[in-house]
Amino acid sequence: MAYKHTIGSKVYQFNDLKTLLAKASPYRSGDELATVCAESYQERVVAQITLADVPLKVFLNEAIIPYEKDEITRLIIDDHDSEAFQAISSLTVGGFRDWLLSNETDTFLLKKTAPGITPEMAAAVSKLMRNQDLIAVAKKCGVITRFRNTIGLKGHFSTRLQPNHPTDDRKGIAASIIDGLLSGSGDAVIGINPATDSPAAVMNLLRMIDTLRQQFDIPTQSCVLSHITTTLELANKNAPVDLCFQSIGGTEQTNRSFGINLALIEEAYQATLALNRGTIGNNVMYFETGQGSSLSANAHHGVDQQTCEARAYAVARKFNPLLVNTVVGFIGPEYLYDGKQIIRAALEDHFCGKLLGLPMGVDVCYTNHAEADQDDMDNLLTLLGVAGCNFVMGIPGSDDIMLNYQSTSFHDALYLRKVLGLKHAPEFEQWLQKQGIVDDNGDILQVGLGHKLLADKFY
Amino acid sequence: MSEELENISPLKALQAFTAARIGMGHVGLSVPLKHSLEFKLAHANARDAVYSELNTEGLAAGLKQFNLPILHLHSEAENRAKYLQRPDLGRKLNKASLDQLTFYNDTDIVIIIADGLSATAVNQNINGLLALLIPKLLSVKLKLAPLCLVQQGRVAISDYIGYGLRAKLSLILIGERPGLSAADSMGAYLTYSPVPGLTDESRNCISNIRPAGLNYYFAADKIFYLIQEAFKRKLSGINLKDNAGLLDH
Repeated sequence: MAYKHTIGSKVYQFNDLKTLLAKASPYRSGDELATVCAESYQERVVAQITLADVPLKVFLNEAIIPYEKDEITRLIIDDHDSEAFQAISSLTVGGFRDWLLSNETDTFLLKKTAPGITPEMAAAVSKLMRNQDLIAVAKKCGVITRFRNTIGLKGHFSTRLQPNHPTDDRKGIAASIIDGLLSGSGDAVIGINPATDSPAAVMNLLRMIDTLRQQFDIPTQSCVLSHITTTLELANKNAPVDLCFQSIGGTEQTNRSFGINLALIEEAYQATLALNRGTIGNNVMYFETGQGSSLSANAHHGVDQQTCEARAYAVARKFNPLLVNTVVGFIGPEYLYDGKQIIRAALEDHFCGKLLGLPMGVDVCYTNHAEADQDDMDNLLTLLGVAGCNFVMGIPGSDDIMLNYQSTSFHDALYLRKVLGLKHAPEFEQWLQKQGIVDDNGDILQVGLGHKLLADKFY
Repeated sequence: MSEELENISPLKALQAFTAARIGMGHVGLSVPLKHSLEFKLAHANARDAVYSELNTEGLAAGLKQFNLPILHLHSEAENRAKYLQRPDLGRKLNKASLDQLTFYNDTDIVIIIADGLSATAVNQNINGLLALLIPKLLSVKLKLAPLCLVQQGRVAISDYIGYGLRAKLSLILIGERPGLSAADSMGAYLTYSPVPGLTDESRNCISNIRPAGLNYYFAADKIFYLIQEAFKRKLSGINLKDNAGLLDH
């Protein structure tokens, strides 16, 4: 169906919903690379004005990637909860924006409505919202998940301890883990990106973190972020797999480029659940996403990158994840050119994910070929803290020496906790207190050389 | 004051185990100024590496020892600014380069050397790695295509080159995105049956090749192992696992 709008003597026509969404998207380099973005400032706003009048019901009838061609479209349509949709079924996209911002729409109502919201509806409404709207609504959403601790409680904020080492050296990784734990990092997960995806190397790392966790009785979970086929193989051999990781995208073809499909994720999900390692919950999946992956795999079907990203969240929510992490600035300047675009994309992803009911975290990051620096990351981190982001990364000195990019540091998390009064996951905070790493207020203490974590050789 | 705080960090001893920025200490809760400025300097160096250029003359001179023809190729991205904004252009050869490929017969492997995001990485690491790798390849009678030096190239340009030279496997050695502690990291991507249009799942990657990362000996061993497996099983990518270190059960 075509959408039309007239401004003065100029008539704008948008041939279908997919085109309208793309043209309404705030400017970013990836959409220009894909040649789907608006051609002028005016066209972009006209597309937003036009989109505001589209009824949400249209999204259930006009698939932006054909149902027959894409298993994620099928997932979105087949799993749509029409009862949950009732609360918003009569609204337009513009009306939806106002509904989200209204005082009557609270955490409970948002949670109840989430299964009725499709990724495309979330993407659409985000395109009409300013950064402060994205923050205000995301803050109202509450998404709580559990494995060995509780992540996402109001007033709490967690970190993934990311102790990567370029050659997976055990001592090198252990050194970063100790620094992180002594800084209070690691309540979301202790998660290593392995330099090598071989089953033996991954097993080696899994055993090391598991030994550490058991020795010190740390209420957290571990993950080695290998390809899902490697994790599946290891889970089937009864390896100590807490969380099953996979990068996912928003089109079937994107996922094919990652070597995955829904059936494979389901198989790995079931295998990980069967290990039954969670103590207080069974959210066992850890997904990573990021705008631009579909375009990068030449698998975007003319859909703008933010809408593709939101569709990846349909995949994520199928498997009740503990953590979903949008790795926002990793992909590079051809998709998100500078600090402004990275910040906008992160707020959109966090908002869309939360709206759809996902435990969103953000890898607040940039690469050295992007027009961004630490000041941009400070801005974004602070905004996300205000927005109620579930977790960010914790990396020694912001510098990932394996993946070659900059993310948030242990210090950054300390800063955010202090200025916004945010607590750790409660079980983890108790552990930190017991270890003498934080005081009764949750403030970090300087530990001495005699601390157990420094004295013990778990590696 | 920051010096003083840094000295009492009990993590100092652990710094021997990793180049990661551990044990920096705190001023209040924040990073001591010395470390903050060191970080800025490293970022500045990385930014400079992104804009570094392939030393084609120097590289060609070093590659002479292998007695292979050397092709000088260029992608469709005419300069760095274009390269950064249009990755599609960095994946394709320009017309003049395509024309150069037509003169060569079927071969087993083409080795491609491209600037990627850090020409510095390639300028510094290529000779050290190839001096170990090429003799290994020749020892098992693999037939090598001309060595290809590519400016403003991305990984997938190896599909065009491998296909154009009718090589059974393409191996591209390319500068990786510079990090702060490493602006000289080189990656190796190998693709069996290269043809334009392939994506990441068709390739195997070995990253962080540099003396302080995955050193030349290990890197050459690993690449050689994967190449042999790729030829044995006639495939590469996600189905070709690195089982060099097998599970013990």
